[in-house]
Amino acid sequence: MTETPLLDVRNLTIDLPRGADRPHAVQDLTFTLEPGEILCVVGESGSGKSMTAHAVLGLLPKAVKVSSGEIRHQGTNVFSLPERDQRALRGGRIAMIFQEPMTALNPLMRVGDQIDEVLRYHTTLDRAARRARVVELLGSVGLPEPDHLRRSYPFRLSGGQRQRVMIAMALAVEPDILIADEPTTALDVTTQKQILELIQDIQAKRRMGVMFITHDFGVVAEIAHRVAVMQRGQIVEIGTAEEVLNHPKHPYTRQLIAAVPHLIEHREDFTRARQPVLTAEKVCKTFHIGGGFLTPGRKVVAGDDLSLTIHQGETVGLVGESGSGKSTLGRSIVGLIKPDSGRILFEGVDLLSLSRPAFRPYRRHVQMVFQDPYASLNPRHTVGDIITQGPVAFGEDRHKALEKAKALLKLVGLDASAAERFPHEFSGGQRQRISIARALALEPKLLIADEPVSALDVSVQAQVLDLLEDLRHRLNLSMLFITHDLRIAAQICDTIAVMQKGRIVEIGPAKEVFGNPQHAYTRTLLDAIPGKGWTIPEDVVPVTRRSAALRSSA
Amino acid sequence: MTAAAITPSRKGAGFWGAFARNKGAVIGLAFLTLIVLMAAFADVLYPDSPWDMTAMPFQPPLSDDALLGSDTLGRDIAAGIAHGARVSLLIGLTSTAVAVLIGVFLGAVSGFYGGRVDDLVMRFTELFQTIPNFVLAVVLVAIFTPSLTSIVLAIAIVSWPPLARLARGEFMSLRSREFVHAAVTTGQSNMTIIWRQILPNSLSPIIVSASLMVATAILLESSLSFLGLGDPNLMSWGYMVGAARTVIRQAWWMSFFPGIAILLTVLALNLVGEGLNDALNPKLARKGRS
Repeated sequence: MTETPLLDVRNLTIDLPRGADRPHAVQDLTFTLEPGEILCVVGESGSGKSMTAHAVLGLLPKAVKVSSGEIRHQGTNVFSLPERDQRALRGGRIAMIFQEPMTALNPLMRVGDQIDEVLRYHTTLDRAARRARVVELLGSVGLPEPDHLRRSYPFRLSGGQRQRVMIAMALAVEPDILIADEPTTALDVTTQKQILELIQDIQAKRRMGVMFITHDFGVVAEIAHRVAVMQRGQIVEIGTAEEVLNHPKHPYTRQLIAAVPHLIEHREDFTRARQPVLTAEKVCKTFHIGGGFLTPGRKVVAGDDLSLTIHQGETVGLVGESGSGKSTLGRSIVGLIKPDSGRILFEGVDLLSLSRPAFRPYRRHVQMVFQDPYASLNPRHTVGDIITQGPVAFGEDRHKALEKAKALLKLVGLDASAAERFPHEFSGGQRQRISIARALALEPKLLIADEPVSALDVSVQAQVLDLLEDLRHRLNLSMLFITHDLRIAAQICDTIAVMQKGRIVEIGPAKEVFGNPQHAYTRTLLDAIPGKGWTIPEDVVPVTRRSAALRSSA
Repeated sequence: MTAAAITPSRKGAGFWGAFARNKGAVIGLAFLTLIVLMAAFADVLYPDSPWDMTAMPFQPPLSDDALLGSDTLGRDIAAGIAHGARVSLLIGLTSTAVAVLIGVFLGAVSGFYGGRVDDLVMRFTELFQTIPNFVLAVVLVAIFTPSLTSIVLAIAIVSWPPLARLARGEFMSLRSREFVHAAVTTGQSNMTIIWRQILPNSLSPIIVSASLMVATAILLESSLSFLGLGDPNLMSWGYMVGAARTVIRQAWWMSFFPGIAILLTVLALNLVGEGLNDALNPKLARKGRS
């Protein structure tokens, strides 16, 4: 590497305002980005990875200041340039794509005009030439009918299409550096795969340097040439993808890799000897969206002839992309949604035929753990209140319920004193433990877990999954586990049901579904899992396997 | 950093801190305290009835027996203002309380149950919103003969619709939050969910608009009294302005001081309401202060 690097960050330190949890957002950061290279910056939320990207682009919030260090672009220190040149550099040579393609595009402007705007500022092309260029750009990111699509508003496009428009916009000025801040986190796995392929393709064609920020080691394994691991504002490990992924040295890197959900798990086969706890038969649900007094709304089929059986002690995974109707089925079972037709049998009783008061006693047998731990706990109640409200509603003595709540808090790995505190005093992972304790307080037979870990960092994710797995064995629970992440499903489910557009397209034992998928859609999903070619190195023991070993030895 | 500002552990300090950062709100609160004290000690300051003729008629301000002058019948203006503060505050607060009860109840039911119930309640609300506030209040007071109760009820009846709409919106958005779903799945009754889960979380905007509504109620009461529809047994600011309007060119002070009292009280209430808004809804507070 004799040529000057595209981007050379030396000893960069960014100060946080007083009163933050640490003095520096990033500290003494040094790394380079070569032309034609994809550098993945990995870390958990709050590690300073986005802050680094924003510093390169000069997008830091006002309260945050670069206190020392330099950022060199092809040998020139960016900070020594006058404001004007910095702007030209940032707009023209470095481009960025963001995580949320909906908020990054102006909803009131046609996408073609938004790209045209970039061209107008940074090039001298005339109207007609710009128009041709917009069409060319939209075509180059794989969008269909670019000439027609150019006149669409962002809301007409899907998430993946919007992200493609963002990439087209970033490419408009032919940058030599592309900074991508978690560009696929908000997308479905099959869309993610396409976008990753697109970025790789463009990067190779144009010999751009790509700084790719992500928290997902699967994505890293898929695209990275080099990897930098960040923890609390510092790079703890940097090296080639091969080195970092297969021979991680720093304990934090090892810890992160150990927490990566892993597809090939060796779980024993589940034997369906006992009674089914819950059977869903031909459940159908259609939502009518929009529409007014006279205009008919749009119909969305969220459930079409769904049938499913959960046996005692079994974990059934419901997987599929967003909008496939997974949550609709989960919510129908707990009685939050009323299906249009079908039967949901709980220990032989059809829950859907029951009146409200007759249904109520069954509520305690079927409990739910929600997706967002920040929205699922009432911010104005203490944790003790939150956990005891259920039992108290079922006539239990408040004092006794509180004693039980404290025992439950210990069971989920929190201190009993947590009962007196408020939800905001806990981290996301801890909140999810509280949410689990609340569900368990009613001693349910069946637990519906609706994406319980998708809002959590990967290491916390592993701990919560581990807790669920442990509790299920200890309390002999049955569980319906709803997730979009097949790796997680593979890790903890006995049976897998794959959903697509409101239908269950494939259902069977986890081993068979993953080992020998029958349906084309299942194969597409499995194929789209990022990092499937990468196996976690042998010397890093995955968290769940470790605790499984502990359990069997105990 | 915004998260730190709304953490309830420092709620006390956070609330007062955010409130005190709005200078106008502090001034408003100080002035409001003064008015409340004046109302509370009206009997001590002016032991005689404000209707008593204590001075010569048409005394200008700063004369010996009347600090703010006397009216056409020789009644002390200052005494009228002190006693009138009681009426204004009493009517402002009670009518707002009644309006909040009606509005929040209907809004909560409407937002929580949705569907048919919502349609019904909202059409009913719109019925009230289409009739001009003041005209309806005048009609109601005229029908039920002016008295403290009829005035309070009339003001409450014309002011609840905006609160019902506000409460409905809050309930609708909170209804779909996961913690409410969780309450449903843990078998809590609808009443418990409305009362314990949703209401505490929707109070902030309701408190803010109620504080502004007190000011509007005081204005409404003054307007009714101005038209001679006040309680005939109670001295009120609006009555004083109304009674003095015929002699405004000879004796400006008779309408000026009660008018100023109304202006300052309403202004103070608005300032306090804005301060409450900043303190209770930190996300909506103006930028550049955090």
